[in-house]
Amino acid sequence: MFNNLFLDIDAGMIDWSRAQFALTAIYHWLFVPLTLGLAVIMGIAETKYYCTKDEFWKEAAKFWQKLFGVNFAMGVATGIILEFEFGTNWSNYSWFVGDIFGAPLAVEGIVAFFMESTFVAVMFFGWNKVSRGFHLASTWLTGLGATISAWWILVANAWMQYPVGCEFNPDTMRNEMVSFAEVALSPFAVGKFCHTVTSSWIIGAIFCVGVCCWYLMKKRHTKLAVESMKIGAGVGLVAALLAGATGHKSGMDVAEVQPMKLAAMEALYDGGTEQGLKIIEGIEIPYGLSIMATNDPKGFVPGINDLLNGYTTPDGKVEPSVEEKIERGKKAIEALARYREAKFASSDDGETAANNLAILKENMKYFGYGYIKDKNDVVPPVLINFWAFRVMVGLGCLFILFFAVILAVTYKFPKALFKKYDITTLPAWHYWIAILLIPLGYIASESGWLVAEFGRQPWTIQDMLPTWAAVSDLQSSSVMITFFLFLVLFTTMLAVEINILLKQIKKGPAL
Amino acid sequence: MTYEFLQHYWCFIVSLLGALLVFLLFVQGANSVARSLGYTEEGRRLVYNSTGRKWEFTFTTLVTFGGAFFASFPLFYSTSFGGAYWLWMIILFTFVLQAVSYEFQNKIGNILGPKTFQFFLTLNGIVGPLLLGGAVATFFEGSNFLIEKNNLIDAGAITPIISRWANASHGLDALLNPWVLVLGFAVVFLARTLGILYVMNNVDDEDIRSRGSVRLIGAAVPFLVLFVAYLVHVLLKDGFAYNDEGVIYMEPYKYLNNFLEMWYLLVLLLIGVVLVLYGIGKTIFSKGYVGGIWPAGIGTVLTVLALLLSCAWNHTAYYPSTADLQSSLTLENSCSSEFTLTTMFYVSLLVPFVLAYIIYAWRAIDSKKLTKDEIKTDHAY
Repeated sequence: MFNNLFLDIDAGMIDWSRAQFALTAIYHWLFVPLTLGLAVIMGIAETKYYCTKDEFWKEAAKFWQKLFGVNFAMGVATGIILEFEFGTNWSNYSWFVGDIFGAPLAVEGIVAFFMESTFVAVMFFGWNKVSRGFHLASTWLTGLGATISAWWILVANAWMQYPVGCEFNPDTMRNEMVSFAEVALSPFAVGKFCHTVTSSWIIGAIFCVGVCCWYLMKKRHTKLAVESMKIGAGVGLVAALLAGATGHKSGMDVAEVQPMKLAAMEALYDGGTEQGLKIIEGIEIPYGLSIMATNDPKGFVPGINDLLNGYTTPDGKVEPSVEEKIERGKKAIEALARYREAKFASSDDGETAANNLAILKENMKYFGYGYIKDKNDVVPPVLINFWAFRVMVGLGCLFILFFAVILAVTYKFPKALFKKYDITTLPAWHYWIAILLIPLGYIASESGWLVAEFGRQPWTIQDMLPTWAAVSDLQSSSVMITFFLFLVLFTTMLAVEINILLKQIKKGPAL
Repeated sequence: MTYEFLQHYWCFIVSLLGALLVFLLFVQGANSVARSLGYTEEGRRLVYNSTGRKWEFTFTTLVTFGGAFFASFPLFYSTSFGGAYWLWMIILFTFVLQAVSYEFQNKIGNILGPKTFQFFLTLNGIVGPLLLGGAVATFFEGSNFLIEKNNLIDAGAITPIISRWANASHGLDALLNPWVLVLGFAVVFLARTLGILYVMNNVDDEDIRSRGSVRLIGAAVPFLVLFVAYLVHVLLKDGFAYNDEGVIYMEPYKYLNNFLEMWYLLVLLLIGVVLVLYGIGKTIFSKGYVGGIWPAGIGTVLTVLALLLSCAWNHTAYYPSTADLQSSLTLENSCSSEFTLTTMFYVSLLVPFVLAYIIYAWRAIDSKKLTKDEIKTDHAY
């Protein structure tokens, strides 16, 4: 009845909705990794206080908790916007996959947010009100709550990249969950969670080491700086190595379920076997891409043109062209229309509906392609993916080296190399390197998300729903206004937060 | 467990979260009267520090309310949030301002100054409850939207959207309905009432407690007038009912009938109202009594729960459309699949455990009341 009622909808609104979600997500991700990372640092510091009863560790824990608190509020504030934007800006998406996607968000609220919000209050206000053991438990539970929250939202995000555990129901016109375990424990989600959380610990560690280096440079709070640096660098090295290993797993996952994203990350137009990994254009590691994607130097990796035009792998697997997928997607949508017409018509004998249901099921895998107008629309922006991936990996390697050197100098190990160095009396430029690495940590982390999200374009849900079929019915002017409102708000609050953090660091702990 | 049971169960869980959210709006209510209740700079800080230890519960309940609604009734999530865009965006905007205001306001390095953030807390304290109350009123009054699922099979459309708002104001049109404003302001004054009761209980300061007794009358009287007016209006108005075939129609005195047919909701409503009145009355008339937040708070949860369930159970369309009656949302036509509701049922069994540790932690923190000394020495806002 209301079909085509508003077909003059403003196409610019789709891009504004994407921009608004990207803006919120990018800002949100400035605060979350530091929350996750500092949670570990302050947890270790307070555990040391609990074990040694040394007041030094109590003040150290309080100092890191103070910085954690300033950052935490902004993470919470930007997070609520993200959750509701699924409804406000992506209403079709909310219906089409809400049956699956809503569940992780609800579990996140019930299990993680309440844990986080309850125990963060005890952590901040309970020092003289609860026992040391209860306080320590509260500090770790605050971090655990934040980490569990990350688990569920990454389960939701991983599902958008690799939709599993669901079936399309033509009667309700949506996808419905058939296996919660498949959604919650999808290998893609596990890999994504491990990679994201360990990379967040890197941010916390870089921040911690950077702050410590500033104190050492200023010859202030030397004991706090040295002791915290040992924690920070230790956490950082473990995290960076784990991030590298989980990153490789993520790369293999992407190759398997999002080959177009991998091709864009590598700017690989014509693929094949024995593919090298480009460091930059013209310089490559032989067999590197094949190993990254398949764990086999001779592995086959398709390029963008292969994916657009269709290809056959060396083991005989045939992948249809995008044009063929579009045709089959349209066939699925047409069959769905005929099925519904027949199903809800009183005159139908059931045969027409059954026939069309069979056609729908046969082509359902390519349903989302039915909304694609031009085959080139399925190619994500190559330049951004290519460089964001390199920035992330390059900086990740740098961080491994950085933390290893910091630990070596701090512990003077191996002695032959580092016995002449004293971490408290190095030339100022050494400390400046550590301080300047803080923004690089954020750049690496945000680059990872750029790869994950730009690489998925144009899909909100891989192969199932493109962005233009997922949006709300809004005027672009409305979304534009809220975009700029949030831009001004988040930027102002970020400026305030950074200034407060700097002043708190300058003030230092009460030691 | 039948599919119908699960639909009603999840309606109960979402309504309970909504009811808890209205109770927890005492944070917003106290912030909206912090200037007069605190009176001095130190007094105001006591109020902000008192609510500052609870704001995350309100925030988390709002987020979980949204998440639970999304998981159990995705068509509501898609229709209301995507349609009443401006209403929800303004609510969210003020809650974002609130979230950072506590931590930032009195920190060195706050380049905007403490008064800016105190203004944000006041703004959220008024606008948040007003618009949330208004949003609840639309469950009874209706909203201007259309739903056509077949739009999804129009692959040629620029955007094949199923839920559409039927006017360009995207939710602000609800505020043109005076009854929406009546309930909105009732929630504003209820939040203030609860906020004053909470601060009187939580802060160990005689000046604040004596001022609270006076301010309480100024908040409670308008609340009671507005609430009674809205309740009478709801009980007398035609409601949105549906039959076994899912056809929606207007039924005279639908909500009154619901309370009569579901007598247990009427009992809940009456107990709730009596508890709210008891909490307010005893605080005003018994000198030295500061425990009014508990009966009033429990009463608020029961009352709101009864009201929310009355607009969804008993074959009632809980999110009615004034643009097209048959687009109205019911528990049956807007819920998740049976599998998802069953899965989420098992997740919801964690709720008592979550409530238990919240109560334990809350008691641990509040075992010693907030004093002026504490805000000078410890982690304070």
